[in-house]
Amino acid sequence: MTARTQTGSKVRKGVGESVPRPDGIPKVTGHFAYASDLYAQDMLWGAARRAPVAHAGVTHLDVAPALAMAGVHAVLTYDDLPAKRFQGQIITDQPVLADGTIRYWGEVVAIVAADDPTTAAEAAQAIEVAYEPLDPLTDVDEALARDEVLRKAVSYRGDREVHGEVVVEATYETATQDQAPLGNEAGIAVPDGAGGVDVYGPTQWTHVDHEQLVDCLGLRPEEVRVHPTGLGGAFGAREDLSLQTHLCLLALRTGRPVRMVFGREESFAAHVKRHAARMYYRHEADRAGNLIRVDAKLLLDGGAYSMTSPAVVANAVGFAVGPYRCPNVFVDGYALRTNNPPSGAMRGFGAVQTGFAVESQMDRVAAELGMDPLEFRLKNAIGPGDVLATTGQLITEPLPTREVIESVRAMPLPDDETSTDARELPGGTGLTTPRSAVVRGVGYAVGFKNLAFSEGFDDYAEARITLTPVGLDIHTAAIEVGQGMVTVLEQIARSVTGIEDVRVIFDDTSQIGSAGSTSASRQTQMSGGAVLKAAEKLRDELFEYFGADALSSEGMWRGSQLVASLPEACLDRDFSAHVRHRHQGSEEPDENGQGNLHVDFAVSAHRAVVDVDPVLGLVRVVKIDTAQDVGFALNPMSVIGQIEGGTMQGIGLAVMEELIVDHGIVRNPNFTDYLLPTFLDAPPIEAVLIEQPSSWGPFGAKGFAELPTISSTPAVVAAIRNATGKALTRVPVRPEDIAL
Amino acid sequence: MEIVRPQNLAGVFDALELSPDALLLAGGTDSMVLVNAGALRPDNVISLRNVKELKIWDGGFIGAGVTYARLEHSDVAALAELSRTVGSPQIRAVGTLGGNLGTASPAGDALPFLAAVDAAVELVSGSGSRVMAWDEFLTGPKKNALEPGELILGAHLPDVVPERTAFAKIGVRQAMVISIASVCVTRDRAGITTVAMGAVGPTVLRARGAEEMISGEAAPSEAALDEFQRLVSEEARPITDHRSTEEYRRMAVGVLARRALERCLA
Repeated sequence: MTARTQTGSKVRKGVGESVPRPDGIPKVTGHFAYASDLYAQDMLWGAARRAPVAHAGVTHLDVAPALAMAGVHAVLTYDDLPAKRFQGQIITDQPVLADGTIRYWGEVVAIVAADDPTTAAEAAQAIEVAYEPLDPLTDVDEALARDEVLRKAVSYRGDREVHGEVVVEATYETATQDQAPLGNEAGIAVPDGAGGVDVYGPTQWTHVDHEQLVDCLGLRPEEVRVHPTGLGGAFGAREDLSLQTHLCLLALRTGRPVRMVFGREESFAAHVKRHAARMYYRHEADRAGNLIRVDAKLLLDGGAYSMTSPAVVANAVGFAVGPYRCPNVFVDGYALRTNNPPSGAMRGFGAVQTGFAVESQMDRVAAELGMDPLEFRLKNAIGPGDVLATTGQLITEPLPTREVIESVRAMPLPDDETSTDARELPGGTGLTTPRSAVVRGVGYAVGFKNLAFSEGFDDYAEARITLTPVGLDIHTAAIEVGQGMVTVLEQIARSVTGIEDVRVIFDDTSQIGSAGSTSASRQTQMSGGAVLKAAEKLRDELFEYFGADALSSEGMWRGSQLVASLPEACLDRDFSAHVRHRHQGSEEPDENGQGNLHVDFAVSAHRAVVDVDPVLGLVRVVKIDTAQDVGFALNPMSVIGQIEGGTMQGIGLAVMEELIVDHGIVRNPNFTDYLLPTFLDAPPIEAVLIEQPSSWGPFGAKGFAELPTISSTPAVVAAIRNATGKALTRVPVRPEDIAL
Repeated sequence: MEIVRPQNLAGVFDALELSPDALLLAGGTDSMVLVNAGALRPDNVISLRNVKELKIWDGGFIGAGVTYARLEHSDVAALAELSRTVGSPQIRAVGTLGGNLGTASPAGDALPFLAAVDAAVELVSGSGSRVMAWDEFLTGPKKNALEPGELILGAHLPDVVPERTAFAKIGVRQAMVISIASVCVTRDRAGITTVAMGAVGPTVLRARGAEEMISGEAAPSEAALDEFQRLVSEEARPITDHRSTEEYRRMAVGVLARRALERCLA
C-alpha cells in the first residue's frame, strides 16, 4: 500500500489535508459544552469529604450533623454501598468509599448530595471524622522490602554469564508528574426513573467504566448507560473512575440528577498520577560500541491502589532498553503499593520513566567509549528484521529508528543568542541572569513505545456508519479528549466514500460496542481502522445495490450518470455498516517476559538546545527539534499540534513539573506551585515527519502522540548535562541540582 | 453576602462602621484564592476598587490601590522591574501594592523594594492616620501591624530615591511564578548601597552588614563583590519548603544581590 492512495473519488477535506477540527470554533468561542457545563432539571449538587492524611484508621465517623442540615438529601459512606464495594479496571482493590482505613491523601470518606454547591460543601465538612494516624509507607525500596508488590514484570533474555568490557551503572529517578488537564473533573448522573441511571463524566473509555459501575451499583448492564462528555484534556487522567460511581450512588439514592464539579485542588486529589520511579541501571558494551548487556531494576510507585499500574510496569520493562539491539537483558520491574496518591496512566505509560533512564545511560556509555552519542545509538539501532531486546520479538512493521536520529541530526542548529531581552535569558522576567553568565548545551534523545494494547489483550474498536440524506454519520464510543480523533475519523470516511458531509456521533455504551480506550496511541489505528472498514463496507454495499461505480456528495454514479442522490437512496432503505475491528493481536508474556507481546511500535528523536545559568541553576530551552515516526500524517496540522503539546509536556517534566509528595501529603495541588510551562517557556519546535506507512493503520497512519513526550525529557536533560557537566539523574532537574 | 463599593475613604469608614468584620477587597488576587479554597467566607465585602484616595500615585506616594500594571511604567527601575514579575498580565491589571502589604508574605514581590528604599506605610482609620516604617509594619510571615478598622492608605517613598535601583527574582519558569528568592538593591551617587531580600526569611530582610561593607567602596573590586555576595548570603534566613531549599536560597540570594549591584554599578 502506498501512503497517499485514496480509495474513493477526490473529495475535499480528506486524508492528508490539514482539516480544521469541527469543534475548534465552538471551543475557542466558548460555545462548546464541557463536562463542567452539564445541567439537568431539578438537579442536586454532590460533594466529597476527603481525608487530609496519607494513612490512618477511621476511628469515628458520624454523618448525622450533615444529614441534619437543611437542603441535604443524602450522605453516603462505605456502609451504604449497595453492591460490590471495590472498583478498579484491572484489579478491583479501590474501595468506592473509604473502608475504615485511609490509604492516601484525598481518599473519599463520604459523599453528600444537597440543593446547592455551598450546602453540599458545608455538609461534607460537617460530617464528623476522627483519624488514628498510621505510619505511611512512601518509599518504593521500602515497599519492595515489605513485598507490597502490585505486579512484577520481567524481561530475561540471553546469557547471565556474558559481560561487556565497558560498564556504566547509575540510579535514575523521575518525580510524580500530573496530567494537569485544563478541564477539572465534572459530571452528572441522571436516574432514569426505572431504577437505572445515565452518567456523564470524564472518561477515556466508557465501556470499561460501565463494567465497574454495573458491579458497584448492583444493576444489570442495560440499566447503566455511560455517556461521553466534552473533555478539556485527559492524558491518562480519565482512564480510571474519578467521580462517576459517586454521582450514580447519589442519584440513585435521591432519585434526582446529581452534579459534581471539582476545583483545581480537588482535581489534583481526584485523578491518578504518572508513576514516580527509581530505576537502577547497569549497561555493558564492548569496545567496538556494541551493547552487550543491560541489567535494570525498576521501582514504580503505584500509590495506594492498583489502577493501571500492572500494565504500566509491563510497559516500563518492555521499553527499558530503548530501540537498541542487545543480546542479554535482565530487567525486573515492580509496581509497588504505597500510601502515596494512586498512580496510573499518563502519556507515555511507563516508557517515559525508562526512556529517561535508558537514554541517559546511552549517553554515558558513549562517553565511556569515547564515541559520539548518536553514532553509538545508530550502531545499536533496531529496525524491521531485528528483534526487540526485551521480548525477543521480531520487528515486522516499519520502525525508522535510524531515520529519526539522522533526520534530527541533519536539522540546522540555532544561532548563538545575543539578545539581552530578559525573556530570552534563563530566569526570564526575574532578571536573574546576564548574557555573560549563560552556557549553551545541546542534547539528543530517542523515544520508543508500543502502539495499542499489548500482552494478548483482546483489542478491538467498533464503528457504525449510516448514510443520511446529506452525507454520513459515524457512530463510535471512542472518546475525543481534545486530541483530534473527531477530525481524523471524518477524513477517513470522506476519502473512502467521496462524500464530504460527514459527522461523528459519540454514542453511549448502550448504543454501540466498545472502541477501547483513548490511550496507548491507539485510536487513529483502532477506531480509524474501524471507520475505514465500515466506510468500505458501506460503499461496496451502495455500489452493489445501485449498480454504481463511484460515490460523491451528490450520490451514486455509474460512469457519468447519477443513479441515485443521497436523499433518494435514503428513501429506498436504510444503509448502514457496522464493524468490529481488531488488530493482528499479541501474546501474553512467558515466565521470562518473552513473546510477541506488542503489536507495533513507534520511535521519535529530539534535539534540545538549552541556555543554562550554571551558577543559579536556571534553564531556558532555546529550541527543540524532532523527527517523528507517524506512518502517514492523516492530518498534518493535527500531527504538529500533538508533537508540540507532547514535547512541551516532556519539557515540563524535564525542568519544572513535579507534584511534591511529602510523607504522602501533596504540597502543591494548585497551579501556583505545580508549575506548567507557559508560552514564555515554549521554544520554537520544528518537526520532521517520517512517513513509512504502517501495513495496518488506515492509509498507512500510525499512532504516535505519546512519543513526543518520551524523547523530549531526556533530550532536554542531556542538553543541560552538556552545558554543565553535571550528572543529573533525576527529573525534573531543579535549580539546586545544577547549582549546588 | 453584601458588597459595598464606596467611591472614597469616607465611604469606606461608613461601611466599616456598619460591618466592622467586612473583608476589604482590592485586587482580590490573594483574597479570592482563599475564597475559592473555601478558607474565607466573608459575609460583608467592601470593595476598594473605586476608592480614589487609594489610587493616587504622585511619585513620593504610592496609593495602596495602585496596580502593578501601572507600576510597570514607573521610572524607578526596580519598581518597574518587580512589577513586571508579578503574576500574569491579568493579575497585574488588578493586583495592588496594598495587597502585598496586606498579605505580608515574605515572597511579596514589591516588599524588597519598599524595604530597600526605607519606605513608610500609612494606615488610616475613621479616627485618623498613622505612619510607620516598613519594618515596624511587617511583623512576621503573613503578619502585619494593621489594626481592626484600619486600612492601608499607601507607601511613602523617601524624598529622593537612589538613582540606581535593580530588582531580581528567581522562579522556575520564565514568568508568572512565585519567588524562591528575590532582591532589591539601591545605590546612590555617594555609593550608599541598600540590599533587601525577599523569600529568604520570615519577612523581607535588609542585609545590613553587606550594605555597610560595600557602601564604603567607590568602585568595588571583584574581591569586594565576592565579599558582598558572601555577606548577603550569610544574612539571609531561608527555610526549606515545597518551593526550594534553605541551602539553594542562601546561595542564590547572594548571587542575585551581587548581580543586581553590578547592574547598579554599570
